[in-house]
Amino acid sequence: MNQPVVEFQRVFKSYFRGEQEIPVLKDFCLSVPQGQFLAIMGPSGSGKTTILNLVAGLDRPTQGTIHAAGIAVSQQGEADLARWRARHIGFVFQFYNLIPVLTAAENVELPLLLSKLARRERFKHVQAALGLVGLSDRIQHYPRQLSGGQEQRVGIARAIVSDPTILLADEPTGNLDRSAAQAIMALLTRLHQELNKTILMVTHDPQAADYAQEILHFDKGKVD
Amino acid sequence: MTLGTLIVRNLRRHTFRVTLTAFGIATVILAFNLIVTTVRAWYAGVEASVPNRLISRHAASLSIHLPLAYRDRIATLDGVTGVTYANWFGGVYRDAKGFFPQFAVEPASFLDLHAELSVTEEERQAFLSDRRGCVIGHRLAALYGWKVGDVIALKGTIYPGDWEFVVRGVYRGADAATDETWMLLRWDYMNERRQQIDPDRAGTVGWYVIRIADPSLAGSVSRSVDAEFANSTAETRTETEQAFQAGFVAMSGAIIGALKLLAIVLNGVTLLVLANTLVMAVRERTKELAVLRTLGFRPRHLTALVTGEALLIAGLGSALGIAITIPATYIFGALVAAKLGNFFQHLTLYSSTLLLSASVTLCIAVCAAAFPIMTILRDKIAEGLRHAG
Ligand SMILES: Nc1ncnc2c1ncn2[C@@H]1O[C@H](COP(=O)(O)OP(=O)(O)O)[C@@H](O)[C@H]1O
Ligand SMILES: [Mg+2]
Repeated sequence: MNQPVVEFQRVFKSYFRGEQEIPVLKDFCLSVPQGQFLAIMGPSGSGKTTILNLVAGLDRPTQGTIHAAGIAVSQQGEADLARWRARHIGFVFQFYNLIPVLTAAENVELPLLLSKLARRERFKHVQAALGLVGLSDRIQHYPRQLSGGQEQRVGIARAIVSDPTILLADEPTGNLDRSAAQAIMALLTRLHQELNKTILMVTHDPQAADYAQEILHFDKGKVD
Repeated sequence: MTLGTLIVRNLRRHTFRVTLTAFGIATVILAFNLIVTTVRAWYAGVEASVPNRLISRHAASLSIHLPLAYRDRIATLDGVTGVTYANWFGGVYRDAKGFFPQFAVEPASFLDLHAELSVTEEERQAFLSDRRGCVIGHRLAALYGWKVGDVIALKGTIYPGDWEFVVRGVYRGADAATDETWMLLRWDYMNERRQQIDPDRAGTVGWYVIRIADPSLAGSVSRSVDAEFANSTAETRTETEQAFQAGFVAMSGAIIGALKLLAIVLNGVTLLVLANTLVMAVRERTKELAVLRTLGFRPRHLTALVTGEALLIAGLGSALGIAITIPATYIFGALVAAKLGNFFQHLTLYSSTLLLSASVTLCIAVCAAAFPIMTILRDKIAEGLRHAG
C-alpha cells in the first residue's frame, strides 16, 4: 500500500486583515498517495493557492499539521524548509514567474545552483529538462522572447530539473490559450506517466482537470 | 551560471539608476579623500618632527623670549648633545599673501641639528660667511622662482623695517615629510639691527632646540632643563618637537575636528544613497525573490545576492571616485597653493587614503544591504508570490 506523500490533518487556515479574520481552510483533510496525479478544483478565491503554499511550506497553517515528502512541513524552521524544498518540491506557477534577466537555460539551472553538481553536470540536466519539455531550440532565449506556452514549459522544466518528489502546479494553464493549455496538460500527463511524478494541480478549468487521475472538488474551505 | 551572473544581470536592469548611485558614491569618495588628504597634510608637520629633538620655550607664552645665556647652561646638562635656537621672523614678501615661515637662526648649529635640511658644503660655507645670507627650501624657491644669488626683500612685522637677504643655498628635505618652504636667515644679523631699534629685547631668542642622546631621555632631559630655570624670571617649558608641533597644529584643531566630522557625515550620505537604491531594487523584485525562495534559496543566498549587488555598486563608485580623486587632488593642491601659499605644503595623496575611502565605502555597502535583506527575510514567501508586478 502506498504511503501518502502529502497529508493534511484537520488543517485550518485563516488570513487576518487587521482585526478581521478571513477563514479559508476549515478542518481541511487531504491525502495524496505516491505517484498520484490529483487535480483540486474550486472557484477563484476558494483557497487553492493557499493549499499549495501550505504543502510547500511557503506559509503556515493556523491550526493542524501537514506532512509532505517525509517531514511535518508545518513544524520546520526556515532554512531546513528551504533545503527540503530544494530537494523535494517543484513549483509551477500560473504566471510562470521566470526571472526576466536570465535565459531559459539559466532559469532552469537556478535550482541546481543549490546542489553540489559541477557546472558541466548542471548543464546536462538543464539540457535534459528543456529537451523533455520540447524547448531544446530555445535554450538561449530570454523569457520576453518566448510565447506564454513556451514560458510555462520553461517553468515546468525548472520545476522538474532537480527531480523533486512532488510537483505542485498552481493553475498552470490559467494564463494560456486552449491549444497551449492542452500541450501543457499533455506534458504534465507524460511526466506523471513516464517519470511517475506525484502531481498536485489546482485549477478552476474543468478541461485541465480532466487530464488528472483524480479530481477533488473544493469550495468554502471544505472538500465537497 | 552562478549567483554572480544573477547579481550582474540584476545590476544591468537599471543602468541609469546604478550609474547615478555610483556617481553619488564617487562624489563622496572624492570629498572624503580631499578632506583626509588635507587633514593629513596638517598633521604631516607633526609626523615630520625628529624624536630626539626637544623644544624649550618660555613657560608663559611662545611670544615671550628667552635669554641667549641659557644656551650654555642647557649645553652642559646631562643627555644634551647639541643646542641651537631660533626666532620667528614673521616678515612679509610683497603683500600679506606672500607669507612663508622664516626663522632667524644660528647657522652652524641649526644646520647641524637639522640634518634633514640638506645643503651642499659650498652652500653651507656661503651661508656661514655672509651675514645677510639666507637658505631657503626647494619648494619655496620653486614657488617664487628664486635661485642662489637672488636678493629677497621682506617687510618686517615683528622686527620692523625693510630687510634684504641674499639666497646662499637651497635646501632639499631628506624625506618627503620635511617642510621645504622654510627660509633660514641669520640671527646675528637680525639681532644686530634689533639692537638699534629695540635694544631692550636684543639678545633674546624665541626658543631653543635641544638634541638629546636618545629619544628615551626626552622626559628626563625636559625636566632637568625646566628645573634649571625654575624660579628664574624666564621659566621654560620643554617638550619634544613632536608635542610642540602638535600644540601648534592644535590651534587650528577645531577646524580639523570639523573636517573629520564632515568626512564621517559624508559616509552617511553613501549609506543613504546606497540603501535607497537597494531598497528600490529589492522592492521591484519582491516576487522574483519569493520565487527564488520557493525554489529553495536560503536566507544566506538572498543575503549574498543583495550584498553582492551592494558591493558591486559601491565598488564601481569607489573606482570612479578614486579615478576622479587623483587628478582632482592635483588641481586642489594647485588652487590651495595659489590661495594660501605654502600653508599646506604636504598635500600628498597617499594610497592608504584611497584604500581607506574604498574600504569604508565597501563596509558601508554591507550595512546598506542589511536594510533590504531584513525586509525580504521578514516577509512571508506566500506574500511575496502574491505581490503584484
Ligand atoms: N495575505 C492575505 N490576506 C488576506 N486575505 C488573503 C490573503 N491571501 C489570500 N487571501 C484570501 O484568501 C482567499 C483564498 O485565496 P487563494 O488561496 O489565493 O484562492 P485561489 O487560489 O483559490 O484563488 C481569497 O479570498 C483571498 O482573498
Ligand atoms: Mg490562486
